[in-house]
Amino acid sequence: MDWLQQLINGISLGSIYALIALGYTMVYGIIKLINFAHGDVFMLGAFIGFFAITRWEMGFIPALIIAMVVCSIIGMIIERVAYKRLRNATRIAALTTAIGVSFLIEYTMIFFRGATPEAYPQVLPQTNINILGANINSQTIFILVVTIILMILLQFIVHKTKIGKAMRAVSHDADAARLMGINVDNTISATFAIGSALAGAAGVIFGSYYTRIDPLMGVLPGLKAFIAAVLGGIGSIPGAMVGGFILGIIETVVSAVGYSLWRDAAAFIILILILILRPAGIFGKNIREKV
Amino acid sequence: MSNPLLKLENIGIQFGGLKAVQNVNMYLNKGELVGLIGPNGAGKTTTFNMLTGVYVPTEGEITFNGQSIKGLKPYQVSHKGISRTFQNIRLFKDLTVLDNVKIANHQLAKHSILSSILRLPTHFKGEATMEKESIEFLKIFELDVYKDELAKNLPYGMQRRLEIARALAAGPKLLLLDEPAAGMNPQETQELMDLIALIRKEFDLTILLIEHDMSLVMGICERIYVLDHGQLIAEGTSEEIRNNPKVIEAYLGEEVVH
Amino acid sequence: MKKSKAFWGYLAFALVIYAVVQGMLASGMLDLYYQNMLITICINVMLAVSLHIVIGVTGQFSIGHAGFMAVGAYISAICTMKLGLPFIVGIILAGIVAAVAGLLVGVPSLRLKGDYLAIATLGFAEIIRIVFLNVDYVGGAAGMVVNHATTWTYAFVGVVITIMVISNFTNSRHGRGCLAIREDEIAADAMGINTTYYKVVAFVIGSLFAGVAGALYAHNFYIIQPTAFNFLKSFEILIYIVLGGLGSLSGSVMAAIFLTAISQYLQAFPETRMIIYSVVLIIVMLYRPTGLMGTKELKDLFKVKNRGGSEA
Repeated sequence: MDWLQQLINGISLGSIYALIALGYTMVYGIIKLINFAHGDVFMLGAFIGFFAITRWEMGFIPALIIAMVVCSIIGMIIERVAYKRLRNATRIAALTTAIGVSFLIEYTMIFFRGATPEAYPQVLPQTNINILGANINSQTIFILVVTIILMILLQFIVHKTKIGKAMRAVSHDADAARLMGINVDNTISATFAIGSALAGAAGVIFGSYYTRIDPLMGVLPGLKAFIAAVLGGIGSIPGAMVGGFILGIIETVVSAVGYSLWRDAAAFIILILILILRPAGIFGKNIREKV
Repeated sequence: MSNPLLKLENIGIQFGGLKAVQNVNMYLNKGELVGLIGPNGAGKTTTFNMLTGVYVPTEGEITFNGQSIKGLKPYQVSHKGISRTFQNIRLFKDLTVLDNVKIANHQLAKHSILSSILRLPTHFKGEATMEKESIEFLKIFELDVYKDELAKNLPYGMQRRLEIARALAAGPKLLLLDEPAAGMNPQETQELMDLIALIRKEFDLTILLIEHDMSLVMGICERIYVLDHGQLIAEGTSEEIRNNPKVIEAYLGEEVVH
Repeated sequence: MKKSKAFWGYLAFALVIYAVVQGMLASGMLDLYYQNMLITICINVMLAVSLHIVIGVTGQFSIGHAGFMAVGAYISAICTMKLGLPFIVGIILAGIVAAVAGLLVGVPSLRLKGDYLAIATLGFAEIIRIVFLNVDYVGGAAGMVVNHATTWTYAFVGVVITIMVISNFTNSRHGRGCLAIREDEIAADAMGINTTYYKVVAFVIGSLFAGVAGALYAHNFYIIQPTAFNFLKSFEILIYIVLGGLGSLSGSVMAAIFLTAISQYLQAFPETRMIIYSVVLIIVMLYRPTGLMGTKELKDLFKVKNRGGSEA
């Protein structure tokens, strides 16, 4: 059952995209900024996890938690230092700054440790389980379970907690939320923290799944995750999850039928088709400009 | 009655199930100055947006000069001879006053892109004509001395006048003014109304004027349409409108809410 | 006429610069290192100015400019290396094909606005790059060997034509149409500007000159590879115009010259260069988001009042 194997591979890749895409979509929903540096937070997460496992000899779960905590702090710092002043700036200025932050993180990393990749250590049990004729790695299942737990946790935070309610209010109308006594700055910080923590987690998961990390590893998954967010409807949390899975599966299918060199092009073609045919994505709403 | 210049037949528009405007029938004869009034949110600007191609009406028909203009893009509507101003001033803020007018004058010039890039004589001739005509328009509105100022640096009243000058430079047969006197004091308003009367004569214009404030249009408009909740509730001369019980109710009702 | 005089003035100024540099090159005062630097500066100025017409003048945020440069580079290389055509034919075809690519990309994507347009152009540029990466005829990832043919004369004539065309376009009713779109698209539309048409025109002109710059680039570096035209390259071009001032032609020219010169000195330290680039960019965006020159041109700094006949 080869297709089942491919489907599982696609879902694993998709779950990583989905975790990163959530951060893009949450940040876009709240401050209408494409946080280009988000893919680099994902990269930092992978490296933090790597150091936690190799230097401090931690297990997968503690390393994951450390990466999430550190990434959420990094995310908040990025927001406070670079993006806070841009709230009323032009789109061009905001996007350019975000691209600048992204390159700054990448090349600072290269500056300090070089561009050589690292091999991620094996931390998860590697036994093959046979389900319906497909060989499925226990690691894959473990990763999927972790991803799903994180997503449920996020849903809980967004829908059941006070900060989640504040986040939804601010993304709906920041000025009105401020008048209602919501601390908008803290809410935005919290959004960056949560989004970055998820990206950090995705970094550790990516590292242990694909076993190779380097300072520029965040660029392509970052862009793909953004495509996933657009596909699902930017600003929509379920959209980011669904978009991530769809993109992961499509990429795996394109590779599986023998066009692996065109895999990246497929993602960009999807992006352009979505932007042109349905810019609001699967779950988004169309907004028209007031005249 | 001869063929009207502009005719709206049963036009209406829905925004996702919500009927913003419905069953509006209007006509404007050539040379008329007609007012379109109504309380806030009555659908006046939406009607303007349908007339100028910003929105496409979901029902009904719009004819201008005997041709249907429904479904045309805004720039095509402008080329047909309908020009407008905006309720919330939309000038090209970082360009000079003169450039603002020149841009609207664009469609009357003929020199091609190639002639401009190669700086052919047609380019210089065309640009010189545009410059001359644009300055003429600015003179009418007493803005020619500010021609090199950036539009955003003009005081509010002048920005409103510049918007009208710009609309005029597009060479319209029909001019749509969306609350041109909004935010002006009574004296400025009076001056503006005199100016509108003047350009109407000078350029042989037909004008449709939106106003929120009823008293303002009474003196100047020959006929008035009243919109409320997206529907026409009255039509007639200022005298007839003034005494129309439906209009009084619409306005008083609003007054109470305020 | 006053205005045509200004035009000849600029041309004379360009000729003087050319003659001086040519003289210095001929007499050996400037060696090969500087000649190469000058050519690189010219190519980058062309790239900056060709993006300026899209972002600075028309306000359409494209971050995939390197894609059109890639088209020009590869087309010209195919012309000279595979088909044996003269270099000049390669340059012209590079421009034409890049312009067609600009048309094909521009028509669907220019309906989008702001962030979405930016991402779409980035996507198209990546697709273009991946296509070159996968076509064996042009060498795939290994790239394509190209003869050195770009000279200081080619590069300088290229810059002069680029600046002249784009400046002449901008200072005409067509350019004003584009400026109007940048300022307020809805108002421009209502004033009779065919916004879609002018956005596409600006995009096509920009792509054309990016293609020509790509042709000069390809014939200056002995080898072209798809990675040379990745997002990093688009970002570099973006920095020139953002730093110089969005809407300022002379600003983007100056920024391109300045940054190219700096990066030549930092060639041995590519990371440092990128760190400096990004830090400077972030600081400029945060504290002076309109760029160093804003929408002002160099000549505006000298004439305080009484601006008349300021056309190039």
